[in-house]
Amino acid sequence: MAETKTKARRNPKKPDPLVQFGISEELALNLMRDMLVYRRFEEKAEEAYAIGKIGGFCHLHIGQEGAAAGSIKPLRDDDYVMSAYREHTQALAKGVTPNAVMAELFGRATGSSGGKGGSMHIFDAKTRFMGGHGIVGGQVPLATGIGWKIKYRGEDSVVIVYMGDAAVNQGGFHEALNMAAIWQLPVIYVVENNAYGMGTAFSRVSTTDMVDKSRAHGIPGHSVNGQDVLETYAFFRDLAAEVRGGAGPQFVDLRTYRFRGHSMSDPVSGTYRSVEEVERAKEQLDPIAMLRDTLMDAGAIDQAALEEMDQDARQIAQDATDFADASPLPGPEALYANVWAEINKHGRLFFDGRGAEGGTP
Amino acid sequence: MAVLTYREALNEALREEMERDPDVFLMGEEVAQYDGAYKVSKGLLQRFGSERVVDSPISELGFTGLGVGAAMAGLRPVIEFMTFNFAFLAIDQVINSAAKMYYMSEGQFPMPIVFRGPTGAALQLSAQHSQACETYYSHAPGCKVVTPGTPADAKGLLKAAIRDNDPVAFMEGELLYNLKGEVPDDDDFVIPLGVADLKHEGDDVSIITHGKMIHVALQAAQKLEKDGIHADVLDLRTIRPLDMDAILATVRKTNRAVYLEEGWPYAGTGAQIVSMIQEEAFDDLDAPVLRVTQADIPMPYAKNLEILAKPSANHVVEAVNKVLYR
Repeated sequence: MAETKTKARRNPKKPDPLVQFGISEELALNLMRDMLVYRRFEEKAEEAYAIGKIGGFCHLHIGQEGAAAGSIKPLRDDDYVMSAYREHTQALAKGVTPNAVMAELFGRATGSSGGKGGSMHIFDAKTRFMGGHGIVGGQVPLATGIGWKIKYRGEDSVVIVYMGDAAVNQGGFHEALNMAAIWQLPVIYVVENNAYGMGTAFSRVSTTDMVDKSRAHGIPGHSVNGQDVLETYAFFRDLAAEVRGGAGPQFVDLRTYRFRGHSMSDPVSGTYRSVEEVERAKEQLDPIAMLRDTLMDAGAIDQAALEEMDQDARQIAQDATDFADASPLPGPEALYANVWAEINKHGRLFFDGRGAEGGTP
Repeated sequence: MAVLTYREALNEALREEMERDPDVFLMGEEVAQYDGAYKVSKGLLQRFGSERVVDSPISELGFTGLGVGAAMAGLRPVIEFMTFNFAFLAIDQVINSAAKMYYMSEGQFPMPIVFRGPTGAALQLSAQHSQACETYYSHAPGCKVVTPGTPADAKGLLKAAIRDNDPVAFMEGELLYNLKGEVPDDDDFVIPLGVADLKHEGDDVSIITHGKMIHVALQAAQKLEKDGIHADVLDLRTIRPLDMDAILATVRKTNRAVYLEEGWPYAGTGAQIVSMIQEEAFDDLDAPVLRVTQADIPMPYAKNLEILAKPSANHVVEAVNKVLYR
């Protein structure tokens, strides 16, 4: 974070976003704390990846922390969150512990999926974090099914499902939105619109604006500045309440920007976006710096308190990394475990000769 | 015992299981108001209402994924494909989501869902509507595959599939829906997955098969009887889990085997079974195990070509004669 020389003070000339969005100082400070944890967590993941502690594909959320905190923190515990594969911080936001997420990235037995899912498949039934899905758009019909269950059982929870901007060009996205509209399911479809599907600018693969993508299905479309965590929080607080009250499915173009490459194996900039574009975004669109300025203007925090908060976040990320590093690898007995929820009494389920008779490994 | 058609047997299974468990619902194209494209769901809308018997848009990928998500959240969906030919649009959700969910979440999300509908050829429906799809599903760990060939098996196995906590591809025979047979009346008539059924007994050769091909195998067995050749006809009934004990028992009895299937030969179900027989019963064999399959071509439309392409009782008799060195 950039140093600031501004002493904590209220700037009476500026409108106060806390007042504008009806967010208490305490809540805003919590959002700052959350975003700092996400940022430091992802930086630790980045370091661990660089030294080979994390393998495979690893998609970081750095730059998009406001979108995660602002949209998930207003939810209730019994609401569901489902996502694609850039989901580490969304899992944290829903309440999965940093230790369990980092251990999953490290492929350890203590990870949220026992080390079997990895970066792209964080699952936690307890906090209703429903994954972690690796096929672009594949999670969108699944979340629609969770909405179906909520309606079927007459419950009043809601589902938020995230997707990247590229996912709206998948057929399953439109099939899912159509069904959600027919049956008025309590699903909030959120595009984390960071403007690029991997290296392809959205404008190159769509002739219509993102916010219009749900219009053909009769689902209201909203556009929100995901870099402004207060605006995002206020928006989702109100929207979740409306959906809970029976407003039906919603579509949100949550505009954001990623400060890193598509995955750890990709360059931050280069053939598809310029260094200048990324640097400008970091200067102007950093959700953490934006909230910092607001809090300082409001006199809600000073530099010393902010640094202390950041230190705590670094410690949480460090502890998660230490926990993951010290955790055992899954044992060989885990290899064949949990392929099947029900081992039938009869017949063979495994076919490579390693699974024993009756399917028990 | 009541005499029911295969269609009525499936209908009874659905009705009984929906009565037994309020979390079971049926979704698919034309399943509600139209009573099902093949009338399998006849009367269920009236009985259970539109919350539980649900007409979907023609969106195979979408409603399959919806079912998988509903299963993640605790319901027990039955997803009907008008035919498995159309399920190729949805196979990403069956394999990448349903079959892998339990493993990649380390057991946090069981997947009690049934995908059902007809597979295989009917009559002159040509290439895109005539294919046996079992191996696409049995290939993936995490997905069970069931292929009933009689009304009783249809009922007992569908009830078992709905009660199972793993995803089950339940593959019916389009030409079997009118087939009549005796079916037990018992509400708890459940045939466990993974148990093969010896549908004809003989000592000379084993004809092993699944799904609607059991009827072709039985025809072949009748023809062979006239030549004094007595065949075991083993109906696997489920492909995963596979009753390998029953396969080994019949092979060890007759020492000669033919695998009959409706699908294509390359990497087909028979290829797997033959491989396992030679691994586990090589010394019991008196001849190589042969396969009878559909011709290795897309299904042609012309009636004469279609007949040539389909596996027939005569093909089975020829294969049996070969393994008997006659």
